[in-house]
Amino acid sequence: MTTQTLTTRKALDWRRVGAWALIALALIVTIFPFLWMLRTALSSNHSLASNSGNLLPADFSWGAFKRVFGMQTTEEAIAEGGSGAVIDFWLYLRNSILFSTVTTAAQVFFSALAAYAFARLRWPGRDKVFSVFLATMMIPGIFTALPNFLMIKNLGLLNTFAGLTLPFLFMSAFAIFFLRQFFLSMSREVEEAAMLDGAKSLRIFFQIVLPNAAAPMATLALLTFIGQWNEYFWPLLVGNDESIRVLTVGLSVFKSQSPQGAPDWSGLMAATIVAAVPILILFLAFGKKVVNSIGFSGIK
Amino acid sequence: MTTITKDPPAAAHKMPQRSNRGRRRAKLRDVRIALLFILPAMIGLVAFCLVPTIRGVYLSFTEYSILGEPKWVGVDNYTAIFKDELFWNAMAVTIQYVAINIVFQIVIALGLALLMHRVAKSAFVRGALLLPFLVANVIVALLWFWMLDYQIGIVNEIISWLGLPRVAFFGSEQWAIPTIAFVNVWRHMGYTALLIFAGLQAIPHHVYEVASLDGASPTRTFWSITMPLLRPVLALVLVVTVIGSFQVFDTVAVTTGGGPVNATRVIQMYIYQKAFGESDFGYASALSVILFVILALVAFIQMKFLKGNESDLD
Repeated sequence: MTTQTLTTRKALDWRRVGAWALIALALIVTIFPFLWMLRTALSSNHSLASNSGNLLPADFSWGAFKRVFGMQTTEEAIAEGGSGAVIDFWLYLRNSILFSTVTTAAQVFFSALAAYAFARLRWPGRDKVFSVFLATMMIPGIFTALPNFLMIKNLGLLNTFAGLTLPFLFMSAFAIFFLRQFFLSMSREVEEAAMLDGAKSLRIFFQIVLPNAAAPMATLALLTFIGQWNEYFWPLLVGNDESIRVLTVGLSVFKSQSPQGAPDWSGLMAATIVAAVPILILFLAFGKKVVNSIGFSGIK
Repeated sequence: MTTITKDPPAAAHKMPQRSNRGRRRAKLRDVRIALLFILPAMIGLVAFCLVPTIRGVYLSFTEYSILGEPKWVGVDNYTAIFKDELFWNAMAVTIQYVAINIVFQIVIALGLALLMHRVAKSAFVRGALLLPFLVANVIVALLWFWMLDYQIGIVNEIISWLGLPRVAFFGSEQWAIPTIAFVNVWRHMGYTALLIFAGLQAIPHHVYEVASLDGASPTRTFWSITMPLLRPVLALVLVVTVIGSFQVFDTVAVTTGGGPVNATRVIQMYIYQKAFGESDFGYASALSVILFVILALVAFIQMKFLKGNESDLD
């Protein structure tokens, strides 16, 4: 009996070692590319070719970051292996922050209103309307993107901030679904007490329900912000103009500017870091929320 | 039901769980507030989802370059698509991408989820594995475009250091789609693993205890307990992943742009090129209707076969 447990425990330990080795491998595969990104961005582009296998930056230089932020003269940029074309990631960064913040704030707020109406208020046709909202989750993005593009174009809103944000402002079926689940699970007691005190629904919502929903709304806002920050297709269609170009579109433009044969890898990697860092900071600050929300939210 | 609602406050106090019915009095006010609350979302739904859906279907029966008015052509677009070799090529390429992506992603994610469940429930591991998913497709694509560069990319450096011939990952017709699929597997495997991990956590402990009392081997336990109980989660993951992968675009757009030749012209890339490259909005709309129908069918079949919305736990 005892010997048997001993041997199984020993076997189990070996399995644990193997399991940890596999996890370590997965972590390396996941994290190494990010380190390589950083290493490349801190290298001088011309030295990359001759020093391609070294883990440390090849001929350390801040040049790539300077180039990305338009802080290098054209001659300097070309001398360091850049294309010499003017790029201004400050502007793209500002546009991305503006685009993601505005769409996230509006979408989460309006979705919360709708979710509350679906979860708590009684009105005719409520559940049918809700199922229509749910069904829209099935519609592929490209399918509505073409007609939406035509509408934005007809309204004369191409390459404007309004055209860029409009389709995202009012709702997302996912956000409504997510918050409705929370409102359904919320205890009714506080709301009812307030109602007995004669408070109106509007006041109850803003003074009692919303503060109570701060945590799930923050999680949702975080997920939405990340999604908006990474959005590429819609800004590519309606926001290609320099003045409202967001980071993702800026990156693809930057890539296509690279001279064929010897692309500006350092500059490109510096630019991707600029685009990735805000999300990484958010994740470091609130990562637990994101990690824990996965599974509960299921989709997206 | 109606009798209770006659005297709301008392009813609400006596039976708080049924208080919903005690609020009849406020019903009219509720309806007004509800309309107010639902209005912005309604505007969004109608203006940017329902109307575009109808318009998209309408446009698919027209010939429409962005100038002038759409001209009704009946099913011409669809018959043309049926004979369009580029369309069939796009479908083949997309399905190839979806297949590689799904198989590798689900198998790797399932493995990672089991490992995490058994030995490493740490938040650090989960957070780290999620990192690639948080970064934009465009960034991930550019990063791997660089790492897989034929001349000086680190992966090819390692390959040639091992004495093997360099691989033109994005540049050869035969490698381009597997490469793009691999890039997306890399981005999504941690996220999918976390989804499955959450499903594993939901399986009650006592089921495993009974199995071990009965002397079931780990393999047996995995196939007869874990997998069946995991089915709803796996079905959901499968549906979401398949639908998502059919719409692959970002990675293709910033790396190969559809080439070499037609090797990576996936269906959404083809739609994009038809609409914005050739200004053929009618044809592009018909293509996206077809994509829509395919996705709806795929989701329906998967849910039907895998009974994703039923659980064996009840």
